[in-house]
Amino acid sequence: MGFFEMTKTALRTVLSRPATILYPAQAAKRTPVTRGHIVFDGSKCISCSICQRKCPAQAIVLNKEAKSWQIDRFRCVMCSSCVDTCPSKCLSMDPVYTAPASAKGVEVFTITYVKPPKPEKKEESKT
Amino acid sequence: MTKQIIVPFGPQHPVLPEPIHLDLVLEDEKVVDVIPTIGYIHRGFEKLVEKREFTEYVFIAERTCGICSFIHGATYCQGIEQIMGIQVPERAEYLRVIWSEYSRLHSHLLWFGLYADSFGFENLFMNAWRIRERVLDVMEQTTGGRVIQGSCKVGGVRKDISNEKLDEMAKDLDTIDREMKEMTTVFLNDDTVRHRTRNVGVLSREDAYHLGAAGPTARGSGVAIDLRMTGYGAYDRLNFHVATESCGDCYSRHSVRAQELFTSTDLIRQAIRKIPDGPVDIKVTGAPNGEFFMRSEQPRGELVHYLKGNGTKFLVRSRIRTPTLTNIPPLVKMLQGCDLADVPVIVLSIDPCISCTER
Repeated sequence: MGFFEMTKTALRTVLSRPATILYPAQAAKRTPVTRGHIVFDGSKCISCSICQRKCPAQAIVLNKEAKSWQIDRFRCVMCSSCVDTCPSKCLSMDPVYTAPASAKGVEVFTITYVKPPKPEKKEESKT
Repeated sequence: MTKQIIVPFGPQHPVLPEPIHLDLVLEDEKVVDVIPTIGYIHRGFEKLVEKREFTEYVFIAERTCGICSFIHGATYCQGIEQIMGIQVPERAEYLRVIWSEYSRLHSHLLWFGLYADSFGFENLFMNAWRIRERVLDVMEQTTGGRVIQGSCKVGGVRKDISNEKLDEMAKDLDTIDREMKEMTTVFLNDDTVRHRTRNVGVLSREDAYHLGAAGPTARGSGVAIDLRMTGYGAYDRLNFHVATESCGDCYSRHSVRAQELFTSTDLIRQAIRKIPDGPVDIKVTGAPNGEFFMRSEQPRGELVHYLKGNGTKFLVRSRIRTPTLTNIPPLVKMLQGCDLADVPVIVLSIDPCISCTER
């Protein structure tokens, strides 16, 4: 008969450490692959706007004229689709979540990448 | 004749994780009829398919449900792969099985917790969720997401699991198994649980079949229907048996789920043993042109993704039929004739996932 079926589990739980952690006094569990938030490196961005097209949540807007890259953290679903498709590897995924915000808004970054000048063609001597 | 009164149940009710509204027609304490209403969290995912590229839509397909997310993503990808005639690498198929079974474990454990909560067994509720946390940890370590994995893509999977990690997971499964065994013993043998669930919400085999019950709801009534038996993905290379019970009451339904927990851990172990080395994805070129009905087994039952493409990057139509939708008519049948106090337990016993139902 099933009386006191839970006793063994309950006793062990009483005598062991709590299963929960005292966040924020103790740091939250995190793994190296955790998808926390997108980090943008303006010095590498070639303004190809693939990230904008590949974003399923339409959180990224790239403005080529103004040389700005903006992300709406509230729209971003952390799928890391942009990180996978970025040809210049200027986007990366950080395992730390963004801090809570009190107002909605977009984060704007400036693209500082300068296209390296093409190496001058050597003039071939006509013979 | 006794006077009939209508008691509204939901959409906001302590026992319901998601909003569904039931109008309970009562005669004294007995429920004589039920009028269900859905439509509180419709998000229009099926229309969104026309606005997103088919390779990006997988992230949206995953977000159909917050519990069986991986299986939604995998089913969508398998459907697209069938239309385009893509054969994904074998390792990817095994990885999909591993993640699918982990998500089944996590879904069932979450449900066990909510179910225990529905009959007021708070201690058991927390115990189930503590075990679930182990499963979620493995999910996060391997995919980067606790609940929304995002590791499936058209043509394979996005992340590989190293063989060392797979061995570690197999070892961890033993601990999970031991803890789940302890938990399911309480669900199956404890008198208080038995008292609240035996002969409550009985659904006969005929009713289950004719009303279109799916998953554990059907299996609890003795209808041995499990889409994994059709052998999609790597399931044709793995051995398992379909757990069924014959009584059709709430106890049978949770008993079926308790057995399925161990089927899942067994399937993961088999997959870890058999997984071959090799690539995890192939490059996908072109766009889907054609249509396909992809069916798969969710923790709640049969999931159908109907996909239709016209050769462009945007699909023309996506239709998702989820198991909870088909489990609502059987739920109405179960509730007819029950006591008002048993309504929460019966509603929870079909594992309602309303976000799925309304997409």
